[in-house]
Amino acid sequence: MPLASRHLLGLEGVPKEDIQLILDTATSFREILERPIKKVPTLQGMTIVNLFFESSTRTRISFELAERRLSADVVNFSADLSSVKKGETLKDTARNIEAMKIDMVVMRHAAVGAAHFLTRVIKAIIINAGDGTHEHPTQALLDMYSIREKLGKIEGLNICIVGDISHSRVALSNIYGLKTMGANVAVCGPKTLIPREIGKLGVKIFYSVDEAIKWANVLNVLRIQLERQDRAFFPSLREYRQYFAITKERLDKSEKQITILHPGPINRDVELSAEVADSEHSLILQQVLNGVAVRMAVLYLLGTRSESK
Amino acid sequence: MKYLFKNSHIIDPTTGKDTKVDILIVDGIIEKIGNNLSIDINSLTYDLSGKIVAPGFIDMHVHLREPGYEYKETIETGCMAAANGGFTAVCCMPNTNPPIDEASIVRLIKQRAENVLKGLVDIYPIAAITKGREGKELAPMMELVDAGAVGFSDDGSPVENAEVMRRALEYASALNKPIIQHPEELDLAKGGLINEGYVSTMLGMQAIPSIAEEIMIARDLQLTEYFAAQYHAAHISTAGSVELIRMGKKKKLNVSCEVTPHHFSLDDNAVRSFDTNTKMNPPLRTREDIEALKEGLRDGTIDVIATDHAPHSFDEKQVEFLFAPFGIVGLETAVSLASTELVHKNIISISQLIEKFSINPRRILNLPPILINEGVRANLTIFDPSIEWIVDIQKFKSKSKNSPFNGWKLKGKVFGIFNNGIFHPPE
Ligand SMILES: [Zn+2]
Repeated sequence: MPLASRHLLGLEGVPKEDIQLILDTATSFREILERPIKKVPTLQGMTIVNLFFESSTRTRISFELAERRLSADVVNFSADLSSVKKGETLKDTARNIEAMKIDMVVMRHAAVGAAHFLTRVIKAIIINAGDGTHEHPTQALLDMYSIREKLGKIEGLNICIVGDISHSRVALSNIYGLKTMGANVAVCGPKTLIPREIGKLGVKIFYSVDEAIKWANVLNVLRIQLERQDRAFFPSLREYRQYFAITKERLDKSEKQITILHPGPINRDVELSAEVADSEHSLILQQVLNGVAVRMAVLYLLGTRSESK
Repeated sequence: MKYLFKNSHIIDPTTGKDTKVDILIVDGIIEKIGNNLSIDINSLTYDLSGKIVAPGFIDMHVHLREPGYEYKETIETGCMAAANGGFTAVCCMPNTNPPIDEASIVRLIKQRAENVLKGLVDIYPIAAITKGREGKELAPMMELVDAGAVGFSDDGSPVENAEVMRRALEYASALNKPIIQHPEELDLAKGGLINEGYVSTMLGMQAIPSIAEEIMIARDLQLTEYFAAQYHAAHISTAGSVELIRMGKKKKLNVSCEVTPHHFSLDDNAVRSFDTNTKMNPPLRTREDIEALKEGLRDGTIDVIATDHAPHSFDEKQVEFLFAPFGIVGLETAVSLASTELVHKNIISISQLIEKFSINPRRILNLPPILINEGVRANLTIFDPSIEWIVDIQKFKSKSKNSPFNGWKLKGKVFGIFNNGIFHPPE
């Protein structure tokens, strides 16, 4: 069965079978990544543009590697949003690039819904690599892949996302994906960083990290965006670290093993202590490798979808 | 020029008139109202069976964009849109460039309007409360009134400073002119694009909480009470705002408010499409807010339906949701949306609809009421509440087409207007 949608804009509304298919496909690509020759000819002849209006070296490199390993032709377009805003519109930029006959666009953009907008102005297949504070579906997919790889399942696990929930595309995509896959999901952070109506998405809310640790099998620890400080969401980094950082002492109070994820890049010793980040229960480096496999799976499934119809 | 409107169903809430009669208009004056008026070969005769003839409608919240933003709308295209939408008069908001904060701008706008469709649509400018709409110093209100301004507003922005608001209310109340507030507490609303709630949570979108509007109205009501002034809240959108105004009226304050057709027709789920024509300020709210707005319309808490007609060019709206300007056009769908969503859903009667489009806004602005009597100048809006039609933005007379209602099937359609001696019939 092909994927239900020809784009990957988010995980909201993506059916369970599709997520399953992406994760299973990623497993085969993950095996390829362990081989001496890591390239397959699957997307030969396809041109993919990585359209990055926000600098995100990690995500772009991960996509680019995935694209090249599938033998696609890759074009990178990076631009600072402030300069783009003054000049050409997104619509014009995208149409100009499309005029060069491209098949797929992977886009990172600061505006919520930018990827959806793109589907309305060009015909290429669109993969959302992060639209503002909305969704970042491939990140959530690689998180789920990593959890499944480590713990053998997703369904029934207690997974808590810790940090700035209000401004996180990673949190939202994880909530949608994990709920669909049958996990119990919670969020934890200062009340000012948790949307008032998040409970309606079917998640538990913790305002205390210790309570969250007591409950969780997995903690997905978000990066604290230092630049948010100017709107006084919390008093200081010092206070945040003291009450919300995931540290060994806190984790040691729990009897069960707690698996740690972080979408990177880490603010060491702010949201996560170095000791925890480097421990055997941290999946942070696996996440990076799995990211390539999961993105290969998404690119492959979308890139070959029209043929399988 | 003679017009004979046969079988007209006149509804005039001011006099309580509700009859089916013929109307003869000669040179713009209603000469005769009666049964079986004989057809004269010199008169243009229309059979208005099934149609309502009401005192001319006024839209007290329109952005005509001229001077300064003529690529969005001009006085000419705005007046044509108003006529097409059934309005014989509009109030234009002062957030033009330059803003309407000087008598010369008021005169310029009135002059230009006189040349559009031979002066078919009356324009009543709303002047700025403060110079440059900056919320600091009062604009020359007495001069502005002498030039023809009928009320004051810094619309687009609130008057944030409580002391400035105090002075504005005091000064304007001596002139018998309302202060029309764009109620928004800017710090709470900062960066917000849509309503704060379930939908904004689902979309991860920066949001404007309902209390940003309500806090400002609550403060203003306190000021209005203390200074015994006249206050009108523009485009209220939340259940809390309805309740605040209801309480203000219970205390017999001289307060009034308006609601836009989009705020009672669409809830914030519409934003999930990321259609930039669902981006407006105040934002689309929730189902519960819509229910409260409808109750406010029904029980009279909400006096006026006004469009907040806000034209933006096609290119301006063809961008990411974040970058799109707030606002939609409304003149050419307002009456039909009110008919569809309010009259046909048994929220208000046709007579109440006429009050909210004609009687109440004129009362708030201290304009003379329009009567449908023999011997007076004909100022009429004629509409058929039972005709079904499909909105096609390409047929709009407005220069801009930014409407979320394209393709909507509506019940109730404007047939034409009569004003200043001119009948503007359907095309
Ligand atoms: Zn306004």
